Amino acid sequence: MNDPQGDAGSRIGDIVKSNDVVLFMKGTALFPQCGFSSRAVAILDHLGAKYETVDVLQDPEIRQGIKSYSDWPTIPQLYVKGEFVGGSDIMMEMFESGELQQLIGADA
Amino acid sequence: MPMAASEIERLILAAIPDAEVTIRDLAGDGDHYAARVVSRSFAGMSRIRQHQAVYSALGGRVGGELHALQLETAVPETETNSE
Repeated sequence: MNDPQGDAGSRIGDIVKSNDVVLFMKGTALFPQCGFSSRAVAILDHLGAKYETVDVLQDPEIRQGIKSYSDWPTIPQLYVKGEFVGGSDIMMEMFESGELQQLIGADA
Repeated sequence: MPMAASEIERLILAAIPDAEVTIRDLAGDGDHYAARVVSRSFAGMSRIRQHQAVYSALGGRVGGELHALQLETAVPETETNSE
């Protein structure tokens, strides 16, 4: 396990604090490399959200680090205003209930 | 590495005994599952915490041995009269 306070942890902290909506994913928004990441991107696109993505496949340190940072075993992971929202299943549930629109639409 | 649906269910029930577990094998390859887990113990927990409870029950297999687990968690209907 990585030390969540270590270098990866502080890099991740910087990323989630400096971007209102950021998706840690496999691949890019244009070319997702995994069905779950693809679904997460599709949801954000559908909402017309402005978001940043981090391709964990390009950065092994972040790929491992984000799992301990969030205490979450899988990718993708969505952060909004520095807070962990969840993976693609939670994103889908929140999208269907309208909660995600509220969360992101608030002042994205 | 494939994992049997019955094994997933067994691990979840070992940690969350009252859980009602429904598992679908999405691709028929023993590696892509969808699970729905309903438990009274989820009452008052955020979705993140509910999912973390299931991941914890599976003891680190999710994201490793078990590549893809589409997860849905819920509290039984009778417990959700707060909305």
